[in-house]
Amino acid sequence: MSRRLWPRGLRARLLVAFVLVTVLGAVAAAWSSAGSASTALVTSTQQRLTETIVGQIGAITPQLTYPPDQGALDLLRAAVGTDTLVTYQNLRSVDGADLGLVTDALRTAVHTQNQLVTQRITVNGRPWLLVGTPITITAPDGTRTPSGIEVYTVRDLTDVEQQIDGLAGSAVSTAALAVPLAVLLALLAAGSVLRPVRELRDTARRLAAGDLDARTPPQGADELAELTVTLNEMAESVQTSMVAMQRMQADARRFAADVSHELRTPLSTLTAVVEVLATTADGMEADARESAQMAIIETHRLVRLVEDLMEVSRLDAGTASLRVEEVDVVGVVRDGLRARGWLDLVELVAPEEILLRLDRRRLDVIVANLVGNALRHGEPPVRLDISASREQVWIEVTDSGPGLPEHVLPHVFDRFYKADSARTRTPGSGLGLAIALENARLHGGDLTAGNSSGGGARFVLRLPRDLEDV
Amino acid sequence: MVAILLIEDDPLVRRGLQLALSRHGHEVRTADTGEGGLREFHSATPDLVVLDLMLPGIDGFEVCRRIRAASEVPVIMLTARGDDFDVVGGLAAGADDYVIKPAQPTVLDARIRAVLRRSTSTPDGVRTHRDLHIDTTALTVSLHGKPVQLTPTELRLLLTLSRAPGRVFSRQQLLEEVWEHDYLGDSRLVDNCVQRLRAKIEANPATPEYVQTVRGFGYRFGPV
Repeated sequence: MSRRLWPRGLRARLLVAFVLVTVLGAVAAAWSSAGSASTALVTSTQQRLTETIVGQIGAITPQLTYPPDQGALDLLRAAVGTDTLVTYQNLRSVDGADLGLVTDALRTAVHTQNQLVTQRITVNGRPWLLVGTPITITAPDGTRTPSGIEVYTVRDLTDVEQQIDGLAGSAVSTAALAVPLAVLLALLAAGSVLRPVRELRDTARRLAAGDLDARTPPQGADELAELTVTLNEMAESVQTSMVAMQRMQADARRFAADVSHELRTPLSTLTAVVEVLATTADGMEADARESAQMAIIETHRLVRLVEDLMEVSRLDAGTASLRVEEVDVVGVVRDGLRARGWLDLVELVAPEEILLRLDRRRLDVIVANLVGNALRHGEPPVRLDISASREQVWIEVTDSGPGLPEHVLPHVFDRFYKADSARTRTPGSGLGLAIALENARLHGGDLTAGNSSGGGARFVLRLPRDLEDV
Repeated sequence: MVAILLIEDDPLVRRGLQLALSRHGHEVRTADTGEGGLREFHSATPDLVVLDLMLPGIDGFEVCRRIRAASEVPVIMLTARGDDFDVVGGLAAGADDYVIKPAQPTVLDARIRAVLRRSTSTPDGVRTHRDLHIDTTALTVSLHGKPVQLTPTELRLLLTLSRAPGRVFSRQQLLEEVWEHDYLGDSRLVDNCVQRLRAKIEANPATPEYVQTVRGFGYRFGPV
């Protein structure tokens, strides 16, 4: 809820905050200045009116007879002006309609205090000033005695009120003028804050995208500059550890490649001489013949393992190249099965021909690994389905064994992963499925493992039709 | 008995291959450097050279180029798997075929015999196509009456293609017929050999008259 009321963007928040502060400030300033100005205005108006009345009374008093008669009271009233009431004992002289406003409280105050009393009242929304004063007779010797004459008069203060309203109005219009200025300032301030924030964001994005050289030069010495420095330090340390990690990884890969390469020379010799051994084994004694046969079998295993290791090294190093040509997928698969003597063991379900641009040898490696795996670890019959759509080609290898256990599924493509720890020696190198997966990816496709509805393990190779020339 | 020259720098690999190839009935001479190999080549005139590409001194590519400059003797190179640079460079230098190390002697022997079989053919007389004369009995080729020196592989490729002018051969078909490779043959062998053959018999190899490319399929012999 509050999220909807409070804008999300930093710029909008700053803008709203600036406008709010400006409006509040302007209103507060206008309110307090209008208040004090109106007080001063009312006070001075009251004083002026009172002085005028006192002066008027003072000017006429010497002409009055004492005790006064009705004529004297009328004269006095006329001197003070309209809306005036003059009383002396039972005599009254009245002019104007608004004298009902003269309160008993005022009269009592004039009586008891025997001096000029003013009162401000508001009736029906209009402000009035009431003035009441007793008239004092000053004897020639200077003694002052109350004459018993009292003068009450009412003055309309509406003009003053209007002046005060005018003051408040001008304060509001001043505040209204300040708002656009505040918006402008807010935009400027937002810009100066947001520019470094935006730069930081861009740098963070580049870092996230893998550009570890991305930095923001810090400007100034504020909190944003501190944040920039911290971010740069973070990027620095990430870069350092990434470089170290990459170097270690590269070293490990190079080591694997070097070891395989070094192994190849003695293996070349072994490969050559075990054949000589094989051709002479028939004439040997039984134990020597068995030894020779073991040497031959193990040499071939070793050759396969080293070749797979080197293939993995090349795939890791990204130096494995695709030799793309247009081939008939079905033909390559069938030829591969035939060459390995698997045609009778595998049920091949495929259309007549599927032409696809790919690396013939790598496709053969994938299929040989999948089918070899199914024949070794699954149970017959093994089924191989090839199907195609406009965009993709699928090759599915399904066996009829118990399938892959749940805990094995995530690891089937791991290097040297053995599902059954007791069966540590299998004819495979332990790299076959990992190599198959990498080869699928090299073609822009993928390889997934799962179980068929019938229970057997199922591997699905997906290859895209539109392999770009490599 | 076939006289083979094996050029390989590692003494144990050299001796092992010599033992195994001798067992397959070949007479094997050896050399441990490129220079030594070239000397041996000129003094012993072998029927075939088995050449390791990684040699100290002048390397296998250069040895192959110098042998090709002097003779049409078949060359089989030993390369590392996946090392495309080796294969491409070796074929460009004029090698006829290659075997991936570690080489199984039976595989190497099969390749040796296949290469040498290319020098023999079922004779069916002289074929004449415009200015090109192919004598299938004497196994000679001449262009404008002048003899053209072809390696056994180039000759076998030309004989295979010219046996059925106009018929399109796929690269795989040619690999199986000329190189006697299995279904995983390397089509670069064909493309490279075609290039070398064109350089020898075509007036303008860029617009070939006799060995024509059928894009997406393979090659055919013209003119049709």
